[in-house]
Amino acid sequence: MSGLDLNANIEQPDDFYARLLRMHEGLDREQSSVINAKLILLLANHIGDERALSDALYLAGSKNVLKSSVEL
Amino acid sequence: MTALLNKGGIPIWRDKSVTPDPTEKDDVEVVIVGGGPVGLSLALDLGLRGRRVLVLNKRSFIAAGSKAICFSKRTLDIWNRLGVGQAMVDKGVVWNLGKVFWGAREDPVYSFDMLPVKHQEMPGFINLQQYACEDMLIEAVEALPNVILRWGHEVVSVTQEANEALLDVRTSDGTYQVATPWVVACDGSSSPVRTMMGLDFEGRIFEDDFLIADIRLKQERPSERWFWFDPPFNPGQSALLHKQPDDVWRLDFQLGWNIDREACVRPENVEPYVRGMLGDDVEFEPEWYSVYTFQCRRMARFVHDRVIFAGDSAHLVSPFGARGCNGGIADVDNLGWKLDLVVQGRADRDLLETYNDEAIVTADENILNSSRSTDFLTPKSDNSRAFRDAVLELAQDFAWARPFVNSGRLSTAVAYPSSRLSTHVEYEELSSGLAPGRVALDAPLKDGWLLRELGRGDFVLLAADDSVPEVEGLRRLVLSEVGDPEGLVSQRYGLAPGGAYLVRPDQYIAGRWSRPDRGQIERAWSRAMGGR
Repeated sequence: MSGLDLNANIEQPDDFYARLLRMHEGLDREQSSVINAKLILLLANHIGDERALSDALYLAGSKNVLKSSVEL
Repeated sequence: MTALLNKGGIPIWRDKSVTPDPTEKDDVEVVIVGGGPVGLSLALDLGLRGRRVLVLNKRSFIAAGSKAICFSKRTLDIWNRLGVGQAMVDKGVVWNLGKVFWGAREDPVYSFDMLPVKHQEMPGFINLQQYACEDMLIEAVEALPNVILRWGHEVVSVTQEANEALLDVRTSDGTYQVATPWVVACDGSSSPVRTMMGLDFEGRIFEDDFLIADIRLKQERPSERWFWFDPPFNPGQSALLHKQPDDVWRLDFQLGWNIDREACVRPENVEPYVRGMLGDDVEFEPEWYSVYTFQCRRMARFVHDRVIFAGDSAHLVSPFGARGCNGGIADVDNLGWKLDLVVQGRADRDLLETYNDEAIVTADENILNSSRSTDFLTPKSDNSRAFRDAVLELAQDFAWARPFVNSGRLSTAVAYPSSRLSTHVEYEELSSGLAPGRVALDAPLKDGWLLRELGRGDFVLLAADDSVPEVEGLRRLVLSEVGDPEGLVSQRYGLAPGGAYLVRPDQYIAGRWSRPDRGQIERAWSRAMGGR
């Protein structure tokens, strides 16, 4: 069992996705990287749970996410 | 800069004349190769335990240049046990506060306190020039009749026999031989003993150069560690400012890789950095300029039969975190009592294997922390730089982000959670306090300090009261008798009536109980001496 919630959990995915893109509008690659990093750190701190974070790192870094999620 | 140089161009702080060759065979129990802070501290530790020790120092002088400057609370506790702690504190600059700056911002993005647990005898850190520390250690060692300190005596070969090691020693008069049961190589990062034995390091080398500028200036500034990421006076790089005694300041500037090292230390090239950091109108005199590159590496093993490695000869780290010299003093602390027991025949030689294990735990923790600091200070990719900058941005506004800021995780005592010298008894009521394998915490007693009582050179049974059974030959320190005026010992150790701790000679916890019987204490003591 993963410490990470892998069920759909965002009510309005299109809205969230659009806001994510809007945040990067007009930024160069370097600025975007810092903003992404800040977002990851903010969310990671909110989650806090070591297992959920560790699972997320593993899944995000794995080539076959579906297969990896079964292994968790 | 110091005018006096030796043949090799090393600046001299204090000349020591070459010691004449011995007229008869040396009868010693331990030979220490190298007379830096690590070798001298070990000589002092073993000497105070009554061992016959010979220290061979290749050089016939104390080198100038501050080199190591930051000494941790744990090192001060160890030196206190050896009788030189207070002198070091009196001479040194005490500091507990560190500040981290970023870019041109005037306010720090982060500050930290190096002594979060107050009411302890020693401060979080002192800054002191290495030569000043060596002066004090030499004075203490020279007062011991059973320790011989020789200057200008270079070990040129090491041979191990079944019962002893043989050293060839070269001096200006010729060569002589010393036979000794034990050799401890405290001969620094380029350890000739290590090379003679065909041994090497494993680990990472960081491709980055740093400039050290130790300068003298009269300027009122607080005794704090100031660290800059990407300051205007060293764009894209880092810088550090630290106070030392006698108006000497340590300035450290990251330079990057592939630089002209000789050009970098020319006064006219150092000056703009100094003025950039301290202001155009600053008046200063150079004390010592040097460029260094660092490694985070260690030997695979520190114990090689009768030759034991300690300090920089065994492990190297980056300077961020002050884990170099402090790591070496931790080795001394761990090795001294064990080697003493083995030499006396009170413990099996196998006890030294636990020095190998525990000193490697310490070295690995120091290397891990030091490598992580380096990765934060000098991001190796665009992405790691983005995360670094994100942390610094967030740290300005959010307390939760500040623990990510890594300008060096400063040296603290390392724990040995899986030491085989420890006895673990799991009682629910002992969920507070200090687990076996951790170093004892200081706290005030009625007269004086707990760590002093736990640092008299031998094992101690720290007992809450006299209901804890006595064990023959084991010193018992009864808290209800020595007094716990502020209740801090009971609190920090989670000690209730009937409770006890067994504390090693290096002030590490070997075992603890809520209500031990005599047999439990005896078994834990035997185990802590290397018995199975």
